[in-house]
Amino acid sequence: MNYSYFPGCSLKGLGRAYEESLLPVMRHLGAELNELNDWNCCGATAYMSVDEEQACVLAARNLAIAEKTGPQDLLTPCSACYLVLNKTQHNIADFPQIREDVDRALKTANLTYTGKAAVRHPLDVLFHDIGVEAIKQKVVRPLKGLKVAPYYGCQVVRPYATFDHAWNPTTMDEILAALGAEIVHYPLKTKCCGGSLTGTVPEAGLRMTYILLKEAIRRGADVIATICPLCQFNLDAYHDQIEKHWGTARIPTVYFTQLMGLAFGIESRQLGLHRNFVRMKPLAEITPVAPVGV
Amino acid sequence: MEIKRTIKYDADRVIGFGRKIMGVTGCDQLSSCIQCGTCSGACPLSIYMDYSPRQVMALVRADFKNEVLRSNTIWLCASCYGCTVECPRQIRITDIMYALKQRAIKERVYPRQMPIPILAREFAKMVSRKGRITETLLVMQLFLRANWRAVLRSWRLGLGLIRTGRFVIKHERIERQAELNAMLATIGNGNAKDAA
Amino acid sequence: MKTNHSNGDVRIGFYICHCGHNIAGIVDCPAVAEYVAGLPDVAVSRDYKYMCSDPGQELIQQDIREHGLNRVIVASCSPLLHEHTFRNAVAAGGLNPYYFQMVNVREHDSWVHTDRAEATAKAKALAHAAVDRVRFHKPLEITKVPINPDVLVVGGGITGIHAALTIGNAGKKVFLIERQPSIGGHMAQFDKTFPTLDCAACILTPKMSAVRSHENITLWTYSEVVKVEGYVGNYTVTVKRKPRYVNEDLCVGCQECIKACAFKEPKFPDEFNVGLNKRKPVYIPFPQAVPQVVVIDPERCIQIKTGKCKKSCLEACVDRQAIDFNQKEQLVEIKVGNIIVATGFKLFDATRIPEYGYGLYPNVVTSLELERLVTSSGPTAGEIILRDGSKPKTAGFILCVGSRDTKTNRWCSRTCCMHSMKLAQLFKEHTDADVTVFYMDIRAPGKGCEEFYDKSLREGIRFVRGRVAEVTDWALSPEEEGKLVIRVEDTLAGFVRRIPVDMIVLAVGMEPQLDAQEVRRLFNMSCGSEGWFLEKHPKLAPVSTFTDGVFIAGCCQGPKDIPDSIAQAGAAAAEALALIDKGYIEQEPNTAYVVETDCSGCKSCVPLCPFTAILFDEATQKARINAALCKGCGTCVSACPSGSVRQNLFEDEEIFSEIEGMLSYV
Repeated sequence: MNYSYFPGCSLKGLGRAYEESLLPVMRHLGAELNELNDWNCCGATAYMSVDEEQACVLAARNLAIAEKTGPQDLLTPCSACYLVLNKTQHNIADFPQIREDVDRALKTANLTYTGKAAVRHPLDVLFHDIGVEAIKQKVVRPLKGLKVAPYYGCQVVRPYATFDHAWNPTTMDEILAALGAEIVHYPLKTKCCGGSLTGTVPEAGLRMTYILLKEAIRRGADVIATICPLCQFNLDAYHDQIEKHWGTARIPTVYFTQLMGLAFGIESRQLGLHRNFVRMKPLAEITPVAPVGV
Repeated sequence: MEIKRTIKYDADRVIGFGRKIMGVTGCDQLSSCIQCGTCSGACPLSIYMDYSPRQVMALVRADFKNEVLRSNTIWLCASCYGCTVECPRQIRITDIMYALKQRAIKERVYPRQMPIPILAREFAKMVSRKGRITETLLVMQLFLRANWRAVLRSWRLGLGLIRTGRFVIKHERIERQAELNAMLATIGNGNAKDAA
Repeated sequence: MKTNHSNGDVRIGFYICHCGHNIAGIVDCPAVAEYVAGLPDVAVSRDYKYMCSDPGQELIQQDIREHGLNRVIVASCSPLLHEHTFRNAVAAGGLNPYYFQMVNVREHDSWVHTDRAEATAKAKALAHAAVDRVRFHKPLEITKVPINPDVLVVGGGITGIHAALTIGNAGKKVFLIERQPSIGGHMAQFDKTFPTLDCAACILTPKMSAVRSHENITLWTYSEVVKVEGYVGNYTVTVKRKPRYVNEDLCVGCQECIKACAFKEPKFPDEFNVGLNKRKPVYIPFPQAVPQVVVIDPERCIQIKTGKCKKSCLEACVDRQAIDFNQKEQLVEIKVGNIIVATGFKLFDATRIPEYGYGLYPNVVTSLELERLVTSSGPTAGEIILRDGSKPKTAGFILCVGSRDTKTNRWCSRTCCMHSMKLAQLFKEHTDADVTVFYMDIRAPGKGCEEFYDKSLREGIRFVRGRVAEVTDWALSPEEEGKLVIRVEDTLAGFVRRIPVDMIVLAVGMEPQLDAQEVRRLFNMSCGSEGWFLEKHPKLAPVSTFTDGVFIAGCCQGPKDIPDSIAQAGAAAAEALALIDKGYIEQEPNTAYVVETDCSGCKSCVPLCPFTAILFDEATQKARINAALCKGCGTCVSACPSGSVRQNLFEDEEIFSEIEGMLSYV
């Protein structure tokens, strides 16, 4: 299976562990990811705050390059990129004015966009293309005894709930359960982590992060599994500031792909687990080593 | 005890502002708003806003442009889309917030000491120069321009990032920057069509 | 003005009305009359101030007598307004009313044009067209279709019951068909009714008994309509009578069989109590059920499913021997003249709004579930308790669940504000709890309803204006531990609040029944865009449908409360009785007919008729049109490849000459 791959700026920077764990895991499952040629920043929420039409053009360049590259779907792990690319697709399809603007802009680069490039999230690809059964087959080190709080964040399930439920998504829950982990009931699974506000308006943003951490600990989770690089950063990097203002809420947050990698027997350093501020305890400490295949 | 007199005259309104915002693509459903308050109830940040999202919708419709653009509401919106998916009239509230942000940046009207519009502008600048964002460099730009004292406070965070190898200094960039800029230039002055 | 242009065979009388200033203000009426006087076959051509007045009508009658007119044209307003008036005037003058043609020079001319010369020219053209057409008019007779005086009422809720009683009391025979094992509908599930707080069962059960003992009402419960054929006054309806496995005539409702059932404990969700408790496979829906007869659920009864049960129920019923496992489904045909459809509503499924936690948190209930908890004959004997058995100290009522929401149902369900306030009052009365109602608007329009709102306020029920965003079970502060937390913007106070409560009641909205589309096709009705049965006119004809003889009443037509449902039931009954009392239907003769000699039997017309009025006679291999069902839409006429289908009042020569007449002026 071949996919075009749109990493987004964060996966090359603060969120590099996401890419580091995603690529080997997908390869292990037989999916090749080909990074999109000369992809540019999708614009995320910031560019949309400056100019709507330009933001569409920015995102549309990537869609056009993806279409030019071939019929493969465009795998987009970062939540903001996923939202922006989807939103741009909808805008181009629904609003003729935007379609005109985008076509005109793309023409200067000899690019076209006809709406064919499909933007897919790794959870979608793992759940629907590869399948939970195939994932189960590859597990050599079951995560038995590991209590995971599945945290989806907001922008993958809202406003376009394309492959999972907007209020109570379960694709990640099912994938993690297939790895042998125990899924903790986590009602805040789609609550906003604060996004970029944790840096700009910490008294508001950081408190939102704090609430998420506190509830995960209250529900008895050992670790929070996330799918978004900004969520991971917020939940991981601000513990001391949070402690100063509201109290201790120390729990590691990892990418779900890192958990998949561990279950597949891939070495933790390869998966970027050393990049966490709050380190996850080694598996051997949390769960007894189980023989292969159980 | 300081007492304040608050009354809004018709002269305080900027007639046509509401219509203009509703004219932005995707924002026309605002005319159906029944002020139910679900958006504010769902919004995790509404408790920090001076006007709740529902109030902002009412102010926009009533043409109270200055009150809206000077509020901190539009900048505190984290784009979590919680309001948009719960609105019983399917009003795209988050997109209206974006439209208001764009308007505020264009007219350079925002609350003092608000780092977010500065972040947005720096973001756009980096995209037009390098095509991709290098987060650590962007944040450093923001702190220098908005609040350099924050740089000092974040020393521990900075060290942590360096320790875990997430502190990237080398600029991410694309090859065909000129191509990207030419594309963006076709949009020209963006919202020049409205002057309200 | 009398003319000499008639050659004797066709003698046309033409009248153009001034309509005060309405027509004469723009159209030069005398000029038009003068113009028409010059046309062939016109014996009389006049202009007059008010043709529809008594003197105007008498003028026509006089002219018919004195000048031997055999065609009459009136150029005035819309036929919708006065065609009937002038046809009657013509008939009173001794001429067949279908020799009359009307020309609209008001809505089509003087009211839409401002240039006098052009408007007058147009009037002349229209008049010329009518003159050319009316020559070909034929004398037609209104057909009278006799009406079978029996009536079918579908649905045994309060609406159907009231309609049946009204018609039965008028001395006519009624068949009341109800799909559930007992009549009573949703009202039987309510505790008290607003705004008087009358006990629902106390006011409903006398009517239910009256139905049971009424000599004119044949009550068939546990039955459904499966086929409807025919037309107004002459319907043939096939009713499927589902087997109860109990002989209705023998069972006295002693319920010994239920006690003796092989299932020692009830095991299956009780539908009447909305799943709040359980029943056995043999059961009676509720204590006041009518008929007071037990029913056996074939999906759950071991004997019916496997044949291997000790049948202790049979033993218990040894003296009456009412249980009969050999009962089969029966199809019965009945003949009626009118049908009243009163099939009611279903409630919105609250799991469609996951933010409110229905199905996730056990102490989130719907309004109907609370009705059953509050009723003294309900599963908890009137005690409002949480799932763990303890008493709630706080409660929140969330209004507009599923209603007024473009994502689910756009409409307002009309009764929820009132029934939520009623339930809030009862809740406080039973538990002394602190109750808050979360609303967007309080709609209390009926008689005594605004006063009921004030009563709620005075009793200390709290009202928070804000549509609830979410219900959660995670606590942010100590008082929230272990409770359900409502997050809402208190829009009137101006801040966001988190309110912990023990129990949440969802005011779920009303929706059309799940099978509304199938039912409407059965009775040849339409549904509106929202799924409710469509009335003929939302203002002037709320209980009639576009199919004559089929009426709708109650919530199947749209959400409403009990007084309005009963009012509609009475209205539908009155409409039916009006038809029955007259004894016949007058059918407009603008129906289509088949010239059999020209019909080639191609059957193109048969599937086209929207009113299923065309039958194909296999014996003669010709199409035949039932004039009683035909509405004169003209579809078959234009579709027929051989031109053998024609339409009265719209014959080819009539239409073509009308066109030529208009063009000849131009």
